[in-house]
This record gives sequence, C-alpha cells and structure tokens, in this order.
Amino acid sequence: MPQLDISTFSTQIVWLVITFFALFIIMWRVAVPRISDSLEQRQNRMDDSLNKAAEFKKEAEAAIEAYEKSLAEAREAAHSAIADVNAKLLDETAAKDAELGTKLKAMLSESESSIAKATENAMDNVRVVAEEVASAAAERLLGDAVDAGVVSAAVDTATKSRN
Amino acid sequence: MRGNKILAEGHSPLAQFEIKTLIPLQVGDINVSLTNSSVFMVATVLAISMFLVMGMRHSALVPGRWQSMVELSYIFIANLIKDTVGSEGRPYFPFIFTVFMFVLFGNLFGMLPYTFTFTSHIVVTFTMALFVFLGVTLIAIAKHKLRFFTFFMPPGVPMYMAPILIPIEIISYLSRPISLSVRLFANMLAGHTLMKVFAGFVFALGVFGIAPWVFIVALTGLEIVIAFLQAYVFTILTCLYLNDALHLH
Repeated sequence: MPQLDISTFSTQIVWLVITFFALFIIMWRVAVPRISDSLEQRQNRMDDSLNKAAEFKKEAEAAIEAYEKSLAEAREAAHSAIADVNAKLLDETAAKDAELGTKLKAMLSESESSIAKATENAMDNVRVVAEEVASAAAERLLGDAVDAGVVSAAVDTATKSRN
Repeated sequence: MRGNKILAEGHSPLAQFEIKTLIPLQVGDINVSLTNSSVFMVATVLAISMFLVMGMRHSALVPGRWQSMVELSYIFIANLIKDTVGSEGRPYFPFIFTVFMFVLFGNLFGMLPYTFTFTSHIVVTFTMALFVFLGVTLIAIAKHKLRFFTFFMPPGVPMYMAPILIPIEIISYLSRPISLSVRLFANMLAGHTLMKVFAGFVFALGVFGIAPWVFIVALTGLEIVIAFLQAYVFTILTCLYLNDALHLH
C-alpha cells in the first residue's frame, strides 16, 4: 500500500505545508478581502437604495399632506367668501327694504295729509256753497235777505245732524 | 493468469496511489522531492487562486456566473462558521475557507482521469488534521488558560463519575485528529480503489463489461458528491472543534 511507504512522508508533509500556507496567504491577503469587499459593496448599495426609496416615500407623503392641507384651506376660504357675500347681500337688501319702507311711509302720510286737507277744503267749500244755497233759498222763499249768522248756524246744525 | 499479469504491469487498484518522484530533491537528510503528489498540491493551489481571484477580477454589482460561484462558496463557508461557531469565528474565516477549498479541489482533481488524489494519503490528511487539532487546542488554551482542562469534565456530572469520564473525554479529544484524517483518507482511498477495480472488470468481461461500465458512471457521480461531502465534513468538524475551543462547553 503506497500510503504506508514512510519514505514518501517527508516530501508529502513538506509540500503540503508549503502549498497550504501559500494558499492561506493568498486567501487571507487577496481572495477573501476582495470577495468580502464586493459583497459589502453590494449590501451597502442595496441599503442605500432602500434608504433612498424610504426617503422618497416620505417626501411624497409630505407633498400629499401639503396638497391636502392647501386644498382644505382653499375650500375653507371659498366657504367664508361665499358666507361674506351672502351676509353683505342680506344686509344690503335689508337696508334697501328699510329705506323703501320709510320712503313709502312718508309718501303715504304725505298723501294722507293732502287728502285730509283736500277733504277739509272740500268740506269748507261745501259749507260756503250750502250757506249760499241756504241763503238764496231762504231769500227766494221769504223774499227777504236772511241774516248770514242764522244761515250759518242752520247749516251747522244740518251738517252736524247729517254727520 | 490474466489478473496477475495486469497486476504485474502496475495496474493494481492501488497503483494509482503510488508516489512517483519527478525531480529528486534533498534538504539535509529530508526528502523533499517534487512528486506527483506535490504537483497536484501546487495545481490545486493555482486552480483555487485562479477560481477565486479571476472570478472577482471584474467584480460587478450584479454578479455573473463565475462571480456567483465564488461568492456562493464564500457565503457557504461564512454561514457554516456563523451557524457552528458564531460571530467569534469570523477571524478564523480565511483559514477555514482555505481548508475547505484545499480539500474540495484536491478531491475534485482526483476525479479527473490520470490525476493523483493527494487527499487519499493518510500522511496528508493526518498532517492537516493534526494542524487543525493543535491550532484549536492552542486557541483554547490561550483563551481559557487553565480553565481549558475543565473541558474534560462536563458540567453537571457527579464527582464519582470523574475517574471514568475524564479518561474517556481525554481519549476522545486526542482521537479527534485521527478520526478527522482517517475519515477523509479512507473515503478517498475506498472510492478510488473501487472505481479502479470496476474499471478493470470493464475490459476483463468483454461485451459484458457494459454492466461494470454503467456502474462506474454512477459511481463517478457518487464520488463527486463524496468529494464535496468529505470537504464539507472536514470543514464542519474543524468548525465544531473551533467552537469547542472558543466556548468550551
């Protein structure tokens, strides 16, 4: 069995030690750092990308929030503007109503007073006419002029009884 | 006899394990000749270096096939250490990765026709196992000082068991390099011998040689699996010993 040939042991051990340690040095100094660098770089790149994505997401969320906030503000502003205009309009119409009312009232009372004056005038005229008519009638009937005072008293009683 | 003739021609199943001196060298009284074994050790080192360094030459963010294989082997061993030893095993990564790649490529090189499998020699596997054993023991003693010797007395064992248990523990500890080296050596030896024996049958049986030939094809697949498996076993046992050294119990 060649495995038990002791004369070959020394060369195998020596060459094993040389080659194994050569490989170990290559591994330790060159291969392993290169591979671990590459893996680390990839891991960093991935982490970076993930972080960036998270950041972008956060930014997008902030933008949405700002947009919604401004939207709500605009809506509120529009509501208050509408309410303002409504109130103004209501005030204006109320003021106009009131003005019109007082104007109408004034006109009404004016016309009432003018009507009353006209009635009074008319009534005075009626009285003068009645007195004239009465005195004329009495003169015709009696053939004599009747005292103006009597006539006016008679007209007075007559109009009073009519009223 | 035909069989004897074949054996006589140097085609015995064990002939493939013969150490052939290519360039005789002598340092003092020590034989350091360049042999077929040393040629394949050098070839293994060159192949691993090429595989790892060339694969990472154009290190890309998205790895190609070659780079993926390199990274996969790295991650495989890194996870193995993390699972068996934990984060304390990180400094020993280059060494354990070296052990794994050296044994794996040595085994796989042996699967090529006309090659020599240096892991089929007990002196090689035993030297490696002894190195692992001594290294691990030194790490344990450096880390735990005299407390290292409590390793041979598992906690929670009654004192009267100590006279029986401590010798057993010491023997099992000392037999680690033997079991580690014999496992790898015996697997390689048995597999390659079996293949050679059946390869002899292929020609000896003429037309019926197709049967052992089919068997050899299947066995080749199995041997490649074993090449991986034994490298893995050698590495994981190294990790377990390292774990014992770092954490004792």
